[in-house]
Amino acid sequence: MPGSSPGMTRSFCGKHSWPSFTVREDDTPSSLLPRLRCLKMDVDARPKIIGARVQRVEDPALLTGQGRFIDDINLSGMLHIAFCRSDHAHARIVEIDTSEATAMPGVAAVFTAADIAGTFQPIRATSRMADYHDTELAVLAAGKVRYVGEAIAAVVADSRYLAEDAAACISVTYEPLGDAIDPVAALEDGSPLLHEEAGTNVIVSRTFHRGDVEAAMEDAAIRVAETFRMHRKTPTAMENRGYLADYDPGRRALTLHSTTQVPGIVRDALVEMLDIPGNRLRVVAPDVGGGFGGKASLYAEEVLVCLVARRLGRPVKWLSDRLEDLMTTTQAFDEIVEAELACDGEGHILALRADCIGDVGAYSVYPWTAAIEPVQVVSFLPGPYRVANYWARARAVATSKAPTGAYRGVGRPISAFVMERLMDMAAARLGLDPLEMRRRNMVRAEEFPYKSASGIVWDRCGFMECLDTVARDYDALRRQQAEGRAQGRWIGIGLASYAELTGLGSRISVAPGMPVNTGTETATIRIDSTGAVTAQFGIASHGQGLETTLAQVIAEELGVRVEDVEVIHGDSAGMAHGTGTFASRSTVLAGGAAIVSARTVREQVLKAAAHMFETDIGDLDAAAGRIFVKGTDRSMSFRDLAKALYSEMGRFPKELREEIELQATRMYDPYFGTTSPASHLTMVEVDPETYRVTILHYGAADDCGRVINPLIADGQVHGGIAQGIGAALMEEVVFDDAGQIQTASLMDYVIPTAAEIPTMSVQHVQTVLPDNLGGFRGMGEGGTIGAPAALANAITDAIGLGVKVLPMTPERLFRLIKNKQE
Amino acid sequence: MIKVTVNGTAYEREVEPRLLLADFLRHELGLTGTHVGCEQGVCGACTVILNGDSVRACLCFAVQADGAEIETVEGLGTVENLNPLQQAFQKHHALQCGFCTPGMLMTGVDLLRKYPLATDGEIREGLSGNLCRCTGYEHIVQAIRSVVGDWNKHGMDSK
Repeated sequence: MPGSSPGMTRSFCGKHSWPSFTVREDDTPSSLLPRLRCLKMDVDARPKIIGARVQRVEDPALLTGQGRFIDDINLSGMLHIAFCRSDHAHARIVEIDTSEATAMPGVAAVFTAADIAGTFQPIRATSRMADYHDTELAVLAAGKVRYVGEAIAAVVADSRYLAEDAAACISVTYEPLGDAIDPVAALEDGSPLLHEEAGTNVIVSRTFHRGDVEAAMEDAAIRVAETFRMHRKTPTAMENRGYLADYDPGRRALTLHSTTQVPGIVRDALVEMLDIPGNRLRVVAPDVGGGFGGKASLYAEEVLVCLVARRLGRPVKWLSDRLEDLMTTTQAFDEIVEAELACDGEGHILALRADCIGDVGAYSVYPWTAAIEPVQVVSFLPGPYRVANYWARARAVATSKAPTGAYRGVGRPISAFVMERLMDMAAARLGLDPLEMRRRNMVRAEEFPYKSASGIVWDRCGFMECLDTVARDYDALRRQQAEGRAQGRWIGIGLASYAELTGLGSRISVAPGMPVNTGTETATIRIDSTGAVTAQFGIASHGQGLETTLAQVIAEELGVRVEDVEVIHGDSAGMAHGTGTFASRSTVLAGGAAIVSARTVREQVLKAAAHMFETDIGDLDAAAGRIFVKGTDRSMSFRDLAKALYSEMGRFPKELREEIELQATRMYDPYFGTTSPASHLTMVEVDPETYRVTILHYGAADDCGRVINPLIADGQVHGGIAQGIGAALMEEVVFDDAGQIQTASLMDYVIPTAAEIPTMSVQHVQTVLPDNLGGFRGMGEGGTIGAPAALANAITDAIGLGVKVLPMTPERLFRLIKNKQE
Repeated sequence: MIKVTVNGTAYEREVEPRLLLADFLRHELGLTGTHVGCEQGVCGACTVILNGDSVRACLCFAVQADGAEIETVEGLGTVENLNPLQQAFQKHHALQCGFCTPGMLMTGVDLLRKYPLATDGEIREGLSGNLCRCTGYEHIVQAIRSVVGDWNKHGMDSK
């Protein structure tokens, strides 16, 4: 069999089915471990639908202006909200004067914290972690404000224009409380406290420990150390946040249309807060214009529109403008990491030590908590390497800034930046090539499953395969670099490898200590009386193309065409339980749920067909929307079968009709989850006059398991890398010493355009994890994790000076070089 | 009172002087394909073609468009009959969330009508006023590249 490898056989279940991979019976699980390479998918044997470059079913509507985003939804009698927001970073609210605003034309009502108090149950993001202080979600600031942009009062009016006019007429008197802007200063005793009841600004603290770091450091041939700084980012989805609440007083039912990635989480939280039962509280995510984590938390405005709609009995919409988005959408990637790496004379890692301070902003966000980022920075810091001795501490420090939350990669871009810089620093000290340094330390195929220094278990996957794949260009790039440098050009090459956990099951919290289960996903698949297939999920696709990829999975499993399957998502009413789309989970979890549910329905389809064909189920197969008797020309469509079963009298005996159910609801829980590694390789040139960094080469190789749709998989990596490039070179949320945000427009918070992003080469290694349903690994965030590290190493290589701060803007590069020259 | 022609249809409306063209198209005419991402002229999501040139509908008052001929994404092609650039966007997976897409398409149409776009660098430069946060631009550049030849040869934009 051409292309197949030892240790793998194919099983055929009929001439119309595709090859599947099964493990030979004589293989025990332990004997599988060294066979990672043998499990690599044979590309030629890809099944027809999974693995095909299917064009997205989402596209025609979006391409013709027929999408239905939040601001495209308008309800009769709808009112609009505009907010009066704090212009102080940390101050007591002395007085709020809303009298002028209330009297303005078109204003229906004005609300402050006092006006809504008692109409809802407050909510806090809890955690199982020790040394954690939760904070209450401030729907409107009560008593004091904790960051510039925090909502103080809401004006409800006939139009957004009128609401903004009135909001501008609210006057607030403040008494400054002293700012906590610098996270290091905010750690110290005597710093103004954002949450007095916590008694400290350190709202999370956690330590990791393995082996004897002190002794290993003493024995090391070399030690390299540095303090690294990643400056704050904001996710910057192109669509701002927005919410539309519609309350039905007759049914006492509420529907919230929300630009959310997590309709299930929002539904569950609102039920608690509003005391409306879940069957009368529906959260719908319509078309959502990007999220990247920024739409994955519960927001104050989201709760407020519900309260106002219920109070006034009319639909109420709030849509953020870009200023509000840049001030209030959860921010991220704000860490200081002091780290040290020790190696023996051959470059083998002996010990790693790190102390991380995360500037988490004013609140611990619901449901992820303030632990989500800083703790993950140190739990993922050891990366794909063998680290026997490890000590690390993470502290989350509250400051007078917008709260931080999830953003693509969550902490891991900082982990990779720190670890990959240390790897290059150690390699340079030892005179080792950076590629060889990584090869010597990377966990090898025979070592999986490998328990990392922080306790994460890496499953069997292609660490080294990713590195080898991306490194195919390495020697050629080194030659080009040498030629360029001979001409005096500042050209450098950077490598970065990382590993992350994706598709997490119920065993592991997405955010450390978070008690909310996000580790399961349910699919309901049903064939209706016309033979049409509808599949409903708890995920909420917002650009990932899941309507297409999940339809591909179901089409293949069920034996229908992609266009026969309608995927419904982003609606809490459709599922008993669901969370949403975040943390590189949806393909793994919803894909798995799709497979188990589709297989159950297929069995029922074949049982019904066996009765109609008067044959055994084993003689039947289904493909492209038809069920056929193998080896014959007898077949029927799904439509005819459904019609016969549901609608035609006398076709089935009563007992059989009651027994067969052309629908199934099945849950999938990957329990632990999947490991997704990647390696990135880039070559950059620094302009010695403008200090602009131009990317000459960008290559990435990831292992996302079985690829469902190569077009979509490539697109996810491209987008992730572009955000990583922004994080490395351009993007920074800047606050002044008084906590005023200096980057409150897209002219000041600069994200990459097509002119800054290079052509990218993306390859998928596709090692299949045998015990994972479908063999998919999560891959939505990876690009953003590898790019900052690879670029930091490349710039370092280009200028011969260590990059320890990102983003490396032209100004920072200029100062770095000038300081050295002086 | 202003008179505008949008996608070949004439409209007459009374508008407030401060009403943005983007809000006029979206809320007065119900053409919600034109999206608003920043209201500061940076992101390009609201790009429409006004009297033959691409403009930011968020930086233009509706009253300034009096007498103008405007093209929006709704005028390009339909779900059943996508125009060649829309088809190329689908084929090359040049959109993910789809929010920037109408602006990208209108800028793309403007570029294809006016410039030879001989290199990818020219396409990237031409797109540099339109932000996309999802795609990393790679597939958008590929999609536009794929129609450049036919567009120039056959005038596939039959307006």
